[in-house]
Amino acid sequence: MPSKNKAVPPKTPLWARITKHQIIIPIAALLALALFNLIADPSFFRIELKENSAGNMILSGNLISIIDSGSELAILALGMTLVTAASGGQDISVGAAIAISGSVMLRVLCGNNSHPTSLQAPIIVALLVACLVSMAFGAFNGALVAFFKIQPMVATLILFTAGRSIAAWINNNELPIVSDETFSYFGNNIPGIPIPTPFLIAIVCFIVTWLFMKFTNISLYVQSVGVNEKTSRLNGLNPEFIKLMTYVLLGLCVAIAAFIKVSRISTINYSVVAKDIEMDAILAVALGGNALSGGKFSMSASVLGAYVIQFLTTTLYKFEVKATALPAYKAVVVIALVVLSAPTVREKLSQLSKKFRKKAPAAKAA
Amino acid sequence: MKMKKILAVLSTAALCTAMFAACGDTSSSGGSAASGGAAGGSDGPIKVGIINNDPNESGYRTANDKDLQEAFSSANGFDAKFAYSMKNDEQIAAAQKFIQDEVDYLLISAADTAGWDSVLKDAQAAGVSVILFDRTIDASEDLYEASIVSDMAKEGTTAVEWLKGQNLDSYKVIHIQGVMGSAAQKGRSQALTDAAAADSGKWEIVAEQTGEWNAEKAQQIVQSVIDSKKEFNVIYAENDDMAKGAVAALDKAGISHGVGKDVIVMGFDCNKWALQELLDQNWNYDGQCNPFQSSYIKDVIDKLEKGEKLEQKTIIMDEKGFDATTITKEDVDKYGIG
Repeated sequence: MPSKNKAVPPKTPLWARITKHQIIIPIAALLALALFNLIADPSFFRIELKENSAGNMILSGNLISIIDSGSELAILALGMTLVTAASGGQDISVGAAIAISGSVMLRVLCGNNSHPTSLQAPIIVALLVACLVSMAFGAFNGALVAFFKIQPMVATLILFTAGRSIAAWINNNELPIVSDETFSYFGNNIPGIPIPTPFLIAIVCFIVTWLFMKFTNISLYVQSVGVNEKTSRLNGLNPEFIKLMTYVLLGLCVAIAAFIKVSRISTINYSVVAKDIEMDAILAVALGGNALSGGKFSMSASVLGAYVIQFLTTTLYKFEVKATALPAYKAVVVIALVVLSAPTVREKLSQLSKKFRKKAPAAKAA
Repeated sequence: MKMKKILAVLSTAALCTAMFAACGDTSSSGGSAASGGAAGGSDGPIKVGIINNDPNESGYRTANDKDLQEAFSSANGFDAKFAYSMKNDEQIAAAQKFIQDEVDYLLISAADTAGWDSVLKDAQAAGVSVILFDRTIDASEDLYEASIVSDMAKEGTTAVEWLKGQNLDSYKVIHIQGVMGSAAQKGRSQALTDAAAADSGKWEIVAEQTGEWNAEKAQQIVQSVIDSKKEFNVIYAENDDMAKGAVAALDKAGISHGVGKDVIVMGFDCNKWALQELLDQNWNYDGQCNPFQSSYIKDVIDKLEKGEKLEQKTIIMDEKGFDATTITKEDVDKYGIG
């Protein structure tokens, strides 16, 4: 106790510095959810090594399910953060775009026959083609936003509406099924590796993004365009190009997310694949404490936000919330988190804690 | 700089055209397929206006549309026009246009149950016979000739009766529901809920959650049950996609499923790949939701053309349930969708 007392004066600014940090919100949310589960049922955190049907040892447990199922969302959150920061708006077509690039991937893999016995093209080729197509659609969205100055949500509404029909058209309205086993490794487990592959793919994406941010000035450019387009132009940046680029990068993220989604079940259903994922991706960015009106951003906070959403979903499944009430529960938690992460509320809270701390030593002195 | 702008405009334009081409293709792929059949009567083709939901909606709808296009081809003596929409007002507008075009028969799969009265009265005044297929509407029975529908509740009871016939010592069911409130979800859920309530000593619903027709959500739901170490021996998924997702979760956990294995897997809709799973003994049961309504519609039209009266207005289609132990390769080819 006494040692803590001594540490009070230098600790206050440290505490202030921590609370000021954006990433504190998703971390606090994660801790709150974890604490809730710990109290309600500690077995939530049990992780086991089990044998799957193919005879390989894999890890299983709620936590593994969370990092597994949350991967696509986390990857999308990377791109969505950039788009939000640069253009001050969100891309609502990512779900439809996942349907398109998933469809392209299966088209390349299956050729003209929708149920081939062997792959018609190497998986890597299918992935690359899907990346290119997805980036082209990203460029389409980006061009509308950057050059035609259309509101991002309106510009991406076009693809949001038409995307799933395009996806169905690519495969002539058929639902191809890949029977090759290696394709399913990417959405499940590679034999011999107990960690789910989607999480590994997500980790690779995080590292690549981190290196990209570290060794280029992209993060600074994106922020300056988001904060003030005119001044960034005066400083020699090309805001149109930077906006366009963020949408193309989101397209790349979409293709990778689609790859995982399609690989999970080796097929696709155009009307339901990645349904409503755009809203979750935007929510992840918001939970990360990023301003949805653009400007400064934190990628890692968004990624944590994505895992918070998955943590919440898994928790609700675990506690068998009634199907009809599920969206309501989710909404309540989301409202609480978003309100807490709002800048005005955070300011009020930090003022409150300052007051509280001022009072506390006073009380002790007396 | 200018060059870049032009390039951007061009690429936008190119993608735009691609998009419209895509939309155009789906709506104009009129009945070109279809074979054989005798010419339909000497007094010219029968004019039919068909209003359906978007064929991209699901594999079921795609099969439904294909079946209609093949049945009402010009080779079979029909002059059919198609309109697709998932919105009620657009469907009603299409119906009005068909009435103006003086079609003989108007076939409707309504997006929504309400709002059809006035347009059906117009049709009656113009002497157009209306036949509803696939979905019913809230309108007086006098306004249409016949209604050909699936009985979702019956699909549910057929499946549950089959499950009861398995004579398990106890039923511990994971119930994966469709989009809440949809006709298929309501009908298929009710039967199971009733069965579980009637014999609560033997039946237990281990988990009941909506997978929203989505394979992946179903996978997460089953995964969560496995992670919390609950015992179960039946998966009752309200469509094939969700059953597939559930099976993916079972495979991951190394739980055996299928004929004579630990977990009974049940699905609905009879996709071809799903029936194949039955044939391979990986699943146990698949309930049919019949998209092949054209033969029923044709029967009705034949009778009306001959001036005969229909025995009843509401015609409920025969729908089977397939058991993995009795299914044959012919069944897969004949009843499989897609």
